[in-house]
Order: sequence, then structure tokens, then C-alpha cells
Amino acid sequence: MLTYTLRRLILAVPTLIVIALVIFLLLELAPGDPMAQVPLTVPDEVREQMRIALGLGEPAPVRFGKWLWQFFAVEPMVWWDARFGTGFAEGTQRVISWQTRSPVMELVMQRLPQTLWVVGMAYVVGILIALPIGIYSAYRQYSLFDQAGTFVAMLGYSLPPFFSAVILIVIFSVHLGWVPMIYDTTHRVTDWESFTFQVRQSILPVMVLALQTTAQISRYMRASMLDNLREDYVRTARAKGLRENTVVLIHVLRNSMIPVVTMIALGVPSIFGGAIITENIFGVNGLGQLLLTSIRANDLPTVQTVTFMIAVLIVLFNIIADLLYGLLDPRIRHG
Amino acid sequence: MAEPTRAPSSSRTGDIWRQFRYHRGALAGAVILMLVILAVFLGPLLWGLDPNRLDPLNRDLGPSWAHPLGTDQLGRDTLARVMAGGRISLAVGFVAMALALTLGTLVGVLAGFVRWLDGPLMRLTDLFLSLPLLPLLLVMVMLFRDALSARFGPEAGIFLLIVVAIGVTSWMPTARILRGEVLALKERDFILAARAGGTRGWPMIRRHVLPNVLSPILVSATLGIATAIITESALSFLSLGFPPDFATWGRLLRDGTVYLETFPERALAPGIAISLTLLAVNYIGDGLRDALDPRQNPQ
Repeated sequence: MLTYTLRRLILAVPTLIVIALVIFLLLELAPGDPMAQVPLTVPDEVREQMRIALGLGEPAPVRFGKWLWQFFAVEPMVWWDARFGTGFAEGTQRVISWQTRSPVMELVMQRLPQTLWVVGMAYVVGILIALPIGIYSAYRQYSLFDQAGTFVAMLGYSLPPFFSAVILIVIFSVHLGWVPMIYDTTHRVTDWESFTFQVRQSILPVMVLALQTTAQISRYMRASMLDNLREDYVRTARAKGLRENTVVLIHVLRNSMIPVVTMIALGVPSIFGGAIITENIFGVNGLGQLLLTSIRANDLPTVQTVTFMIAVLIVLFNIIADLLYGLLDPRIRHG
Repeated sequence: MAEPTRAPSSSRTGDIWRQFRYHRGALAGAVILMLVILAVFLGPLLWGLDPNRLDPLNRDLGPSWAHPLGTDQLGRDTLARVMAGGRISLAVGFVAMALALTLGTLVGVLAGFVRWLDGPLMRLTDLFLSLPLLPLLLVMVMLFRDALSARFGPEAGIFLLIVVAIGVTSWMPTARILRGEVLALKERDFILAARAGGTRGWPMIRRHVLPNVLSPILVSATLGIATAIITESALSFLSLGFPPDFATWGRLLRDGTVYLETFPERALAPGIAISLTLLAVNYIGDGLRDALDPRQNPQ
């Protein structure tokens, strides 16, 4: 198991470097000049100096290497320094945002908590709703509940988040006035009053994101339960006289959870992508919003870094999913 | 079933159709999708208003007989704009799906059929699956938009860009499924027989492999349309899609959200159009999958 983990982690390095290269090349090959906004009255030599100041003076391979170094060596050192008060990163150059002139990682660290709170809550809520629906739909296949569950799941697939969010805002903010329309990121939780406000303003974004999670996971849970309910060991368990609850909720559920848990792990990165839209609608000042504003402002270092961070998450959770599969399913042993 | 026993069907297509017909959701989905397509493409014949004609005297109207869905802030008829938007959205969906399907089939069949290509092509697929797709799509559209619209004109340029961007980022599931199917197929006796008969290479793929993996391709196609439509709408919604004066469903929804409190129909109409289409397509995909899966045969 340990060797397998190590092998996967080592194999992930070339993958990540190729992904970084793809992102870098995409930004590199794109037509469009970061200096395009600079007025034409600025003389050429000043323009050239500005390019150098932005770090655009060197050839592409050098810049790619430097960026890799900054991302994988400088940023961890900075983090280590801040944590333990050492001085490894002194005099090194961090990845600087063109838009704000501050290190990109600091921007990310400012935005990450909002995204994690909303996205993480949504994911947990979605899973908690999805699992019982999936289990019961499979147990009573083709029943009214199952049909309704299928329909809700289909709605979850088919309602784009930007439409379900709009509907929810119309109903719950505009007409009923129960919850605020815009998420206030500056809100601080200090007492019970402010805590309930935090909960109220999180409800809509969390529900929108959770609807999609629920749709996917409940369908997956149902399919997995159906596969297992037909197995011989279920008949054996019933023949032994075990209670129906024990058969379904212990024997079948445990076996059905194996692919579902992997699925849940695999879904974590994709929800960060989905959060871009939801954050945009509700005005959550998170990572997706940062990415969107920096894309609009042509802030290439930020775009490159944030996109790459999402890629790292995807690769990481792929490995976690595979490892979980091996841990949960005794038939699969990674040598 | 109370029907008299039918004669065993002679064709696989007939078989699939019989299965498909019993999936009520799928049948309803097919009917709704046909209706949406008809409404969007033939609707303008019945509803002759120009979606881009400005009419400042009649702006910001609620629903009426002259304008069933009202008019927008520039006096353009919302119904005509929803139909025009549907044409672009559906066209993007179908063309991007065709591109993704072609790429996916090519990669999948080659990986399954040609042994030395299997490793590299599957690593490539894994790599694409690890890319953060939505951020990359946004970046691609943002960076290449101006250059392409200068080259091919605003509408054709953006259409090309969005279709290629969606196609290039959504072929991977098809490739993976097809590789598995082809690998299993390769061990079957009739392939062996064909091989013994001297069939090789391209004729083998065309005559024996492709017809037998048609069903997963079909399912991928329906799901591909859904992905493409939803992605295009998301891009338009984030105003990184077609330029503002071209109506697409996502764009109309975005513009409509501003007037949500006064004119909800402006956001609801395109939103319902997107959701209905996606719902129909997803149900069709579901029905096809059930019809094509021999394990789930209810008889």
C-alpha cells in the first residue's frame, strides 16, 4: 500500500508538470498583449522596461522554469517562514499578481475560506441528502419514490446552476424575503444573531451547489445498491434469517458504498469549477470570483496559478479516490 | 405485457427501438426535444418578428398579444430572441457534440485496436481529464475571442471558438468507454473469423468494430449534447461567450436576471428553454442506456 501510494505520488509529478506546461502554453500562445491597455503616448523604451518589470523580458522556457520554481519552492518556503519564523524565503521573488501587485498566494489565502465554507457545506449537505434517497430508491426500484427521485436527479442534472439560482433568488429573496440576495463576505460571526445571519445567507448558494451533488451521488448510490441487491450473498443473508434492516443497511450498503466513496472523492475538485458560477451569482468573494476577475483583467500570473491549483486538487483527489478504493475493497490490493 | 407474443425481431435497431419505447421518460424526452427543435427552427416562419430589430417606442413591455413574452429594454421581441437564441445554442450543442464524438471515437477505437497506441493515448486521456476544464474554457474564450472574431467575423469566429473549445475538452469519457468496448470486442469470435478471412486495418474497423460499438456512441452523443449546451450557456452567462447582441439562451438569461423583479419572464423563458432541452436530452440518454444494456432487460 505504501509503495503504491509513493508510486502514484511520484507519477503525479510529470502529470502536473505537463498540465502546468499546457496552461502556460495556452496563455503564451494567446494573441493579445498585456501592454495593450497602456496609452500609445508612452515611448517604446519605457514600454519595454514595463514589460521587463512584469517579468516578460525573458524567453518562454525561462519564464516557465521560474514560475515552476516560484510555485513549488518559493511559496512553500514562504509558508514555512510564516509558520515557524525562519528566513528561507528572504530575497526570493514570489508569484506577483499584475492586477493588485501583491503575491498571488496571499490573494488565494484571502479568498479560500469563503469558497471552502460555501463549497464544503454544499458538498456535505448534498451527500447527506443524496445517500438516503439513493438507498431507498434502489430498495424500492420503480416505486413512486424511485420515480420521483429519478425526476429530482434529472432536474439536478438539467437545471443549470445559473438558472436554479435565479429561481431560488426570485422565490426566497424577492418574493418571500427570507434570505438575503447577495452573500456578504465581510460579515463576522460574533454572537448568535450574526451566526443565524451567516446561516441564512449561506442557504441559497449551498442549496444551488448541493442540488447538483445530490443528483449525481444519489443516482450513483442507487445504481450501486441495485447491483449489490441482486447478489447471491444478499439471498444468503436473508435465508439466514437476518432482519431486513441488517441485510440492507449493513451488508448491502457497506458493499455499495465502495464505488460511491470513490465517486465522492472524485467529485471534490469539479465542485470548485462549479463554484465559479455560483459565486458569480451570489457575489461570494471566493476563489472562483478571483479567477473570473483576473481572467477579465488579463492578470495572467493569477490565472495561471489559480488554474494550476485546481489542477493540483484534481490530481490529488484522483489519487485519494484510487487509494480509498483499495482500502475499502479487500478484493483490490495495490502491490 | 398483455400483447400477443411478437415475432422475434430481425434487426438490432428494431430491438433497441422496442426497448426504448417502453421507457416512458425517454419517449417523452424525444417528443419534447423534437418540439423544441421544431419551435426554434420553424418558429420564425410563424413568428416573423426580427429578433434584432430595435423598437424604442415599445421597450420594456410585459406580456401581451403583440409580444407574448414582452419586449426587452431596447424594444426587441423576447419570443423572437428566445427562438434565435435557441438556434445558436442548439447548433453549438450539436456541432460541439459531433466534434467531441469524432475525437473520442478516434482516440477510443485507436487505443483499443492498436496495441502500441493504447498506453500513450490513454495517458493523454488521463491528462485531459485532470485539466480544470471550466477555468481553461474561460481562459481560452477570453484570450482567443478578439483574434478569431477579427479573422472570421464576430459570429462565425466565436461560434468556431466555442465549438472547438467545448469539443476539445469533452471527448474523454467517450474515448474511455469506447476503448473498453473495443478491447472486449477484439476477443470475440467473429472478429477472429474476419481476421482469418484477411480483413485488416481500416476495413475491419469500419465493417466490424464501429457497427458494434454504435450503442455506447449513441449514449455518449446524447450526453454530449447536454454537456455542450450547458457549457455554452455557462460561458454566455459569465459573459464570456457570444457578444451581447447575439442572442443565446445563456446570454438572454444573464440579461434577464437584471430585470428579475419587474419582468421575470425575460429570465424564465430562456431558462425554461435550456432546462427543458437538457431534461429531454438527459431522459433520452437514460432511456437509450437502459434499452442498450442487455443486463437491464425487463422481459
